[in-house]
Amino acid sequence: MKKIRIGAGAGYSGDRVEPAVELAEKGKLNYLVYECLAERTIALAQQAKMKDPKAGYDLLLEERMRSVLALCQKNGITLISNMGAANPLEAVNKTREIAASLGLSGLKIAAVTGDDVLDAVKASDLRIEENGESIHSLDGKMISANAYLGVAPLLEALRAGANVIITGRVADPALFMAPLIHEFGWSLDDWDKLGKGTLVGHLLECGGQITGGYFADPGFKDVDGLSRLGFPIAEVSEDGSAIITKVEGSGGKVVTATCKEQMLYEIHNPTSYFTPDVVADFSAVTMTQVGPDQVRVEGATGRARSATLKVSVGYRDGFIGEGQMSYAGLGAQTRGQLALDIVEKRLALTGVKVSETRYDLIGVNSIHVRQNPAPVDEVRIRVTGRTDSMKEAVRIGNEVETLYTNGPAGGGGAFKSAKEVIAILSVLLPRESVKAAVSYLEV
Amino acid sequence: MKVRQLAHSRTGDKGNTSNISVIAFDQKNYDKLRRHLTPEAIKKHFDWVVKGDVARYELPQLGALNFVMTKTLGGGVTRSLALDQHGKCLSSFILEFDLPEGE
Repeated sequence: MKKIRIGAGAGYSGDRVEPAVELAEKGKLNYLVYECLAERTIALAQQAKMKDPKAGYDLLLEERMRSVLALCQKNGITLISNMGAANPLEAVNKTREIAASLGLSGLKIAAVTGDDVLDAVKASDLRIEENGESIHSLDGKMISANAYLGVAPLLEALRAGANVIITGRVADPALFMAPLIHEFGWSLDDWDKLGKGTLVGHLLECGGQITGGYFADPGFKDVDGLSRLGFPIAEVSEDGSAIITKVEGSGGKVVTATCKEQMLYEIHNPTSYFTPDVVADFSAVTMTQVGPDQVRVEGATGRARSATLKVSVGYRDGFIGEGQMSYAGLGAQTRGQLALDIVEKRLALTGVKVSETRYDLIGVNSIHVRQNPAPVDEVRIRVTGRTDSMKEAVRIGNEVETLYTNGPAGGGGAFKSAKEVIAILSVLLPRESVKAAVSYLEV
Repeated sequence: MKVRQLAHSRTGDKGNTSNISVIAFDQKNYDKLRRHLTPEAIKKHFDWVVKGDVARYELPQLGALNFVMTKTLGGGVTRSLALDQHGKCLSSFILEFDLPEGE
C-alpha cells in the first residue's frame, strides 16, 4: 500500500530551526510542513506590511528556507508553509531570491492568496461570534480580517507541480491534509477520509508537542533528550491511518500518552472539530504503540463541511501597561503586598484611568489562586492595567518603578512595559465570498 | 491521593475558553477519574478562574476526559492581563485535585 511521509518543521513561528533540517536530511519525507501562524500573528504582520509593503511575512522565513531548501530539492521533498502570513507574494519573492542565492534551479514556488477579506468584512453586516455584536462595533479599529482557507488552493498548487507552497491564513490541518488528498486521490466529499487527514494535521501542527515536548514532569513523565527534540513524522496510509514517529536517534519520545495529550490539545467537543474542509470526529480514535517511537493512530471520521468559513478579525483594543518589582528575604510577601497597595492608591490619586487591573504577587498567586498559599522567600509584584491611551499605559509601569525610592524597603529589579493591544474576534463568512488564488514564480 | 498519581494533563486555549485533558496512565483508573472528576467538581476546583461553564467529554477508549471551561482566560490570549495569558499552567492545577484512596 502506498504510504506518504509528512514531517512537521515547526510548531509555531519562533520554533527551533534545526529539527526541520534533521527531518529533511534523515526523515525520508515526501512533504515538510511548517505551521507558523498563530491567531494574532497575521494581524501583527498586516501592521508590518502597512509600514513596509515588502514586509508582513514570517520573520524566520529566510533562516528556515536557507536551512532546508537545498536538502528538500535533493531529497524530493515538497515544502508547504503558512509563513506567508500577511504577504505570501513577497514571501515567495524572498524564497526565490534565497533559492537563487543558494544556486538552486528548477524550483516552482507557489503563493496562495485570497484569505485577506478585510474589505468584504468591513462592507458586511456580520455578527461577531464571541459577543453577538455587529461587526460595525469595530469600525475604525479593524486592521485585518483573514478567512481560514481549506485545501482547495493547495491542491491546485500541488497539481501544478509546485515544489514550495507558501500561504497566508489556511486552516492548520489543511496544510498537512492537502498532500494526502493529492497523493491518494481522496474525494473532497469523502468526509471520513478528510476526518482522518484532519487528525493527522492536528497531531502534527504543534511540532514537538507530540514527540515529548511540553510533556516532561520528572518522576511522573520522564523524557530524554529535550535539548535536541526530534520533530514528528506521520507515515500515512491510503486508508487514512497513520503511524506517528520521529527520526531515529533524535531526542524525545513518541508514545500513546504524548499522542493522546496532543490529540486533545485545543479540542472542545471531540465529535465536532470544525475545519473549512470537514467537521472531523475524533471521538472514536484509537492509539496503539506498534514499535519504539511509533504509535498507530486510526478511527477518526467526519461529516459534511459547513457553509461558512471562519474569519479572524484583528482590531485595536486599547493599551496595556505593566510594571514588576521583586522583594526577597524576611517579610518579602508583606513588603510586596504593601507595594501593590501603594501602586493601586497612586493610580487612583494621579487619575490614571484603567478599565481593568491585576495586582499579582508572582510566586504566591499570579498563576494559581489558593486559600492558603505556601510561604515564600521571594516574590515579584506585577501590576497590569488596561487603558485607552498609551500615555496612561506608560504611567502604570512608572508607578511601579518609583517604588525604588518611594516604596517599601529592599525592592529590586524593576521592569516596565506598555503596548498597544491587537485583539482577535471572529465572524463566519459565506464560502462563496472568499476567492482563493494561486500564483507561481520559478527559479 | 492526587490526580497526578493516576493521570496526566495538557491545557489548550481558544479565545476565552480553556480545555484541559485528564488522561489515565493506566486504563484501569479511568473509571475512578470519571466518577470523581465531574464537571461540578472541576468547576468548584477552578472557582477562582472559571467565570463560565464546565463541560466534560469522555473518550473511554483512550482513558481520557476533556474539560471545556468557558469565560476562563481573561478575555483570551490576545487581550488578557494575566501573566499566563494562555492559561497553560491550568493543567498543573487539575493534577492537584484530591481523590480518595482505594476504589
